[in-house]
Amino acid sequence: METWPLLSVVTFTPLLGAVLILVLVRGDKEATDRNARWLALWASLATFVISLLIWINFDTGTSNFQFVEKTAWLKFPGRYTLNYHMGVDGISMMFVLLSTLLTPICILCSWEMKKRVREYMVAFLVLETFMVGTFCALDLVTFYIFFEGVLLPMFLIIGVWGGERRVYSAFKFFLYTLLGSVLMLVAVMAMYFLSKTGGQGTTDIVELLKFARETGFSPEAQRWLWLAFFASFAVKVPMWPVHTWLPDAHVEAPTAGSVILAGVLLKMGGYGLLRFSLPMFPDASVYFTPLVYALSIVAIIYTSLVALAQDDMKKLIAYSSVAHMGYVTLGIFAATSQINGGKLLGEQAVTGAIFQMLSHGIVSAALFLCVGVVYDRLHSRQINRYGGLVNRMPKYAAVFMVFMLASIGLPGTSGFIGEFLVLFGVFQVNVWAAAFATTGIILGATYMLWLYRRVIFGDLLKPDLAMLKDLNPREIAIFTPLIILVLWLGIWPTPFLDVFDASVNNLLTSFKAGACQVNETCFSTR
Amino acid sequence: MDLPNLEYAAPEIFVAIASMVLLMIGVFRGEGSSRPVAWLSMAVLIVAAVITALITPAETKYEFANLFVSSSFTTFLKVGVLLAAAVGIMMSVGYNEREAIDRFEYPVLIVLAALGMMVMVSANDLLSLYVGLELQSLALYVVAAIRRDSLKSSEAGLKYFVLGALASGMLLYGASMVYGFSGSTNFTNLAAFLAEGATPSVGLIVGLVFVIVGLAFKISAVPFHMWTPDVYEGAPTPVTAFFAAAPKLAAMGLFMSVLVGPFGGLAAQWSQVVIVVSVTSMVLGAFAAIAQTNIKRLMAYSSIGHVGYALVGLASGTKDGYSAVLVYMAIYIVMTLGTFAVILAMRRNGSMVEDISDLTGLSKNNPVMAAMMLIFMFSMAGIPPLAGFYAKLYVFLAAVDAGLYFLAVIGMLASVLGAYYYIRIVKLMYFDEPEEALDPHPGRDLGLVQFVAGMATLLFFLVPGVLVGAADKAVFSLASG
Repeated sequence: METWPLLSVVTFTPLLGAVLILVLVRGDKEATDRNARWLALWASLATFVISLLIWINFDTGTSNFQFVEKTAWLKFPGRYTLNYHMGVDGISMMFVLLSTLLTPICILCSWEMKKRVREYMVAFLVLETFMVGTFCALDLVTFYIFFEGVLLPMFLIIGVWGGERRVYSAFKFFLYTLLGSVLMLVAVMAMYFLSKTGGQGTTDIVELLKFARETGFSPEAQRWLWLAFFASFAVKVPMWPVHTWLPDAHVEAPTAGSVILAGVLLKMGGYGLLRFSLPMFPDASVYFTPLVYALSIVAIIYTSLVALAQDDMKKLIAYSSVAHMGYVTLGIFAATSQINGGKLLGEQAVTGAIFQMLSHGIVSAALFLCVGVVYDRLHSRQINRYGGLVNRMPKYAAVFMVFMLASIGLPGTSGFIGEFLVLFGVFQVNVWAAAFATTGIILGATYMLWLYRRVIFGDLLKPDLAMLKDLNPREIAIFTPLIILVLWLGIWPTPFLDVFDASVNNLLTSFKAGACQVNETCFSTR
Repeated sequence: MDLPNLEYAAPEIFVAIASMVLLMIGVFRGEGSSRPVAWLSMAVLIVAAVITALITPAETKYEFANLFVSSSFTTFLKVGVLLAAAVGIMMSVGYNEREAIDRFEYPVLIVLAALGMMVMVSANDLLSLYVGLELQSLALYVVAAIRRDSLKSSEAGLKYFVLGALASGMLLYGASMVYGFSGSTNFTNLAAFLAEGATPSVGLIVGLVFVIVGLAFKISAVPFHMWTPDVYEGAPTPVTAFFAAAPKLAAMGLFMSVLVGPFGGLAAQWSQVVIVVSVTSMVLGAFAAIAQTNIKRLMAYSSIGHVGYALVGLASGTKDGYSAVLVYMAIYIVMTLGTFAVILAMRRNGSMVEDISDLTGLSKNNPVMAAMMLIFMFSMAGIPPLAGFYAKLYVFLAAVDAGLYFLAVIGMLASVLGAYYYIRIVKLMYFDEPEEALDPHPGRDLGLVQFVAGMATLLFFLVPGVLVGAADKAVFSLASG
């Protein structure tokens, strides 16, 4: 196993699949569509298997980056050194798995797609390469290329295969995200020159983390850099008030597009905050924590209320995503309080934030798939178009219920663990923040249960609903692994928690070390 | 008296003689000779590029009483110019025949323009610079108006001529002021004069500003850009394609070698001008392009914006910055030629169409061409992993290194604005349903240009070192010579 550059393989296998589809798939429309579908499925399944291999060989005992590959990619003496540098630690490992799991599911759920199937499959495979690459990259420029490259296929997926207002949504998605990202690029360049110790600067993440731990950017520089990174990640997460692209993009994207958006793309924002903002700009993170708290709490309460008022199912779930991601940002920045007491207070909160991202990645993806099931049958997302589906679709009602309850955070499902850990962690740090955030759980229960009641329960009054068919074997095959995961994560989360435990610990330790480099009062009590 | 060493001017001499021979062939063979002359011209340009590359001196060489310079820097620009001109001719052959403007003078004029550009980038004196610039400009005025019976084409030629003459006048006026206040027009002497450390006189700076104005006109930087949209729109499309590529590279190279070489001592003065010009070009290019409906006008504003980005590297005033300018221009030329190869292929019912909306639904009717256009548009918008992203990365890295944060931030924000009109084209091609299909692809030559440029843009990230290395070497010879 040692000799194989496994991370490059897992990153570029989907791209290889995309090229094969472009080159090999020929013939009349039906044959083209069929071959493109199967090739895409096999490519994404192969990617998933490879990522499982990586997981099996992953050493949970260490917080170092593993499976590291490093090649000089653009190197000139006395000038910039940009490496192609890949590696995973416990945190990125889980996101790689999430991406490789959701892509085959997306391809399966688009099986009935009729419009330009070949291009669709190519777009998804290219997207997978960029997603996996984002989580594996250990050089800021490489990271940026993957992170930004995601826009390309996603823009096309929303714009070509989306609903009626797809053009507006695709543009909004593209420009919003681009605007955030370019500021980050300026910050990346600035970091290259600010991190100069001796001759050369670096954009290497490992070295920058070391630099932040041992020397640190000056407090003023940290604040500017933090803001630039935050501009990018806050849009991606998305945090209130820059979340407005999300409901539009979700509503108009095809089902699989929404699944990837909610499941993986949003997590890139949280991942970025964890990987870069926190450890690289620790002093600025402390400084801006009240801001993040405020935005997160507004997100949790405000968007939950907005979700209550929606009559479009996808929009409701989109707003609930913003609320759930509010817990994530809250949890991540709870880590900053540790430096007042000198203890690793934030550990539960950060662990919870990561867990919440994984859980939300699966649950929200599954909820969009649930909407997709009925949308495929009736071509409507309006809640009042449905009602009493349990009479015709008992299996569907059961599946929907599992994910609905997981979204609420019922004990025994994955949602509970994430939210509980976050609130538990935040409570030790800031009682008021925790109290406000908890109201979000109540609101969450309200809108999800109400949605479920209106769609599933009641009498089957609308005549065309009587013709609906229950889940077919393909749909059951899509939902089964997700249900298993949601319950597994909820009942026995330890195998997952173990994967990133060491990395979280290391993150907090270096955060503390970095904060103390530039701020001498970091151990004083409050 | 010793004869000058002709070896380093061999490409210019070859092109000059060849252009006369081509002219003779055309004159004596008459009407039917446009195609052979065109192919021969391409061969001449490519051979000249090879000669240029082969005779590159290891160290900078001055010849002809210090009027002429040959170095890695001039080689880089000349090879770029010659190849771009050759591609320009290649794209014009089929078009000119279809539009019945296939005159043998066309390729000959392009060759002459290329010769002018070669002289201009090799100039080591404000006077030899002027001679080269005028040879280039006069040839270009004529090709802009080559379609004599078209009002727009004639208007474009005339407008280009009048404004171009004005700019040349400014340049000449500036040169005379520089001479008056420094006693020389020679680059080497000027550099030595300024290096003495005396406070530069106001007259010299005013002269420099006039020179900059003249050259800014040639690269169509704001506020001297007004001619660009009209000329781009009015001139026949292959001419526009040529205008957007080779002369831009030559003029940008010239701009750089004049500012960095003789006036390197005034960097503190000219960098302020360059920053203003750069910011206004980026912003105007982004805003003005949004409202365009004609794709050639759109490309005009896009080129104004790209010149602004390239100038960011120059403004940084470092070797890395200069090298970034060259990389930027090289990548820009590849993308532009590719885009124009697509525009040239836009025909409906046998005639040329040039509205942006004519691209509607292209991905259904001609998926390969649409995919290439997609690559060019995203690349121009600066989305990774396409070549345009690296071009921007290099110039902004240099700017950030020089502490020009505000310039980098403004440039980045302008690039987001610019992305809007590029992705609008993608939207038309991919999101909208086709109304009436374009004619099938008119020629293999255009398809080849599209494909090669598209692959170069897409796969640049695999071997970025080739181009960046060449640009580094070129700049090394510029800044040390």
